[in-house]
Amino acid sequence: MADPTETYVEVKDGAFKIRVLQAGTGAAPLVYIHGAGGLFWDPLLAGLADRFAVTAPEHPGFGQSQGLEHVPDLWDLVLYYNELLDTLGIERATLVGHSFGGMVAAEIAANNPERVDRLVLIAPIGLWLDEHPVPDISGIPPADLPALVFADPTGPVAASMPAPDPTDPESLLTAVNSLSSVLQFIWPLPDKGLHKRLYRVKAPTLLVWGAQDRLVDPAYGPAFSRAIAGARLEVIEGAGHVPQLEQVAATRAVIDDFLG
Amino acid sequence: MKSIFFHLMPYRDLPADFEQRYESVWVTPPNTELCDPVKVAQYYQWNLDELELADQLGFDGLGINEHHQNAYGFMASPNLMAAALSRRTSSKSAILVLGNTLALYSPALRVAEEFAMLDCMTNGRLAAGFPVGTSMDVNRCYGITPTETRPRFYEAHDLIMKAWTQPGPFAYNGRFNQLRYVNPWPQPLQKPHPPVWLAGGGSVETWEMAVNHNYTYSYLSFFGYHFAKRLMDGFWETSERLGGTFNPYQAGFAQQICVAETDAQAKEQYLEHVAYFFSKCLHIPDYYFETPGYRTRRSAEFAIKTGQPGEIAKIASLEKNWDTLVDTGMIIAGSPATVADRLTEACKQLRVGNLIALLQIGSMPHELTKQNITLFAEGVLPKIRGLWADDGYEHKWWPQGAEQPASAPAPVAGS
Repeated sequence: MADPTETYVEVKDGAFKIRVLQAGTGAAPLVYIHGAGGLFWDPLLAGLADRFAVTAPEHPGFGQSQGLEHVPDLWDLVLYYNELLDTLGIERATLVGHSFGGMVAAEIAANNPERVDRLVLIAPIGLWLDEHPVPDISGIPPADLPALVFADPTGPVAASMPAPDPTDPESLLTAVNSLSSVLQFIWPLPDKGLHKRLYRVKAPTLLVWGAQDRLVDPAYGPAFSRAIAGARLEVIEGAGHVPQLEQVAATRAVIDDFLG
Repeated sequence: MKSIFFHLMPYRDLPADFEQRYESVWVTPPNTELCDPVKVAQYYQWNLDELELADQLGFDGLGINEHHQNAYGFMASPNLMAAALSRRTSSKSAILVLGNTLALYSPALRVAEEFAMLDCMTNGRLAAGFPVGTSMDVNRCYGITPTETRPRFYEAHDLIMKAWTQPGPFAYNGRFNQLRYVNPWPQPLQKPHPPVWLAGGGSVETWEMAVNHNYTYSYLSFFGYHFAKRLMDGFWETSERLGGTFNPYQAGFAQQICVAETDAQAKEQYLEHVAYFFSKCLHIPDYYFETPGYRTRRSAEFAIKTGQPGEIAKIASLEKNWDTLVDTGMIIAGSPATVADRLTEACKQLRVGNLIALLQIGSMPHELTKQNITLFAEGVLPKIRGLWADDGYEHKWWPQGAEQPASAPAPVAGS
């Protein structure tokens, strides 16, 4: 597995200081945008780094990354990503986003279709179906979260998820700040009008859903694929909201097949 | 010393197994299952009768507040209650609306208008409370983005103060309130504006705002005066750090109080209702209390590093038997003499000049509540009224239209 380099990238004259993981020798750039679970180098990214120059920035305000106060709303966030890509010298890239990161990737692809080569959305949020309300991840007992996120809530993948150390104030504080930086863009419901903008996505698009996703119901897959012309939808059996961890091989296979 | 009878307006008939069957007293207690409007019609009459009784018996002020989707306080609009009180109370008592949760109103001009109306309707007896509000009300019931809680609060405060003090019409270009014509009819009767009362649960920013704007700060918790000590100390330290001048009338604290003829009778009469309050009315999951982003990063850091959540959890987990409740100061209970002594001690310890007396607690029925109010007014209030009177402090935050007691202060309890 390729070890990524970790750097802090300053954007907009230092208004943002963003932790960025990078690896890979391929010429084609691929940008990965993580979800509310955080940024870590997982087997999917390691696999992609075999073929792409992978760049994975941390969301502003998440973990040790700074600058949340400069992106008060979603429009500012989309502009910020344009600035970040400019700073990194990435003119056009394949975008891969998971969950909240999928929503952000879709917004970027709708706003700047010229910058997005191909789009992979893994269980993205961003749409709302009354019959399948997306649960409020901050409004449930933390112990109930694994049952929403994982097909097998008691399996090894669920057990390996990092959790803040309740006895360590720094760790608790980072967890609170990180989640708040995501909630800022999805409160109180994760529908900020993306459905009106998805028609602008021009990049070939792959949607990947875990068949047992109880956080963002698989019914959202067809809702996305109907809104994005030509989008392909792949449903992974035995996976919940994080198919890239629960069914590594199957998820990599559909993504590799799509990216060619 | 000002004594304010404060009414939360709780649902007094929650089922005995409420806390086992339901997730929370706030936000999600299912309304059609649990909240009977027929009962509520009766409660509202009792609540107003109790407030009016406190006025008749000589309390300095009557306090009310705002909560939403909450079985321990279903006063979604305290301004409606204040309007009712404005016509049914004497010219002596202040009416303290503690307050309107500013971040919920867009445009916040609505608060400037309604408070100005109330100030006129009460002939200048209004104290204008500006709470940030709880995460339950602001973020969960009203859907305000957690990280916008403070920015909306500050902007609403700025707009309201300008609307009250600057000649209209003028334009206001805020992030959340953009208005071409700010020109409320009327502006408040009190000049330059009604006294502003901030209420908080320990946020550093609220202390600083109270000092910087010269507002009062009230610590509103249900855990009593021992628990309040460290947080009130935090306020006074902030005041000193920022160059404020100490004045006990700049601060208040809330205390649950049970008065009976004797100490033994207090336990006999009130334990059931106090237990109801602590077991049912505070049945709130911690993930509702602190939505990530509700506190600023600075206050979140302060709270986590000073162990506030742990301390609250520790208190919340205590068995709420009578001795624990009394020993920890969560309630002050007993004969009028006992209660007066402990309140004097509490107010001196916390250095506060405004007592927010919670005298209707949980399931406490109407008749017992009237007894509590009456015994407090007759046996306790005269003994604590003189506290701070000889120290030369001026109460600069009391509504101008509420009559100050003319008589010489009574001796302080124990002296």
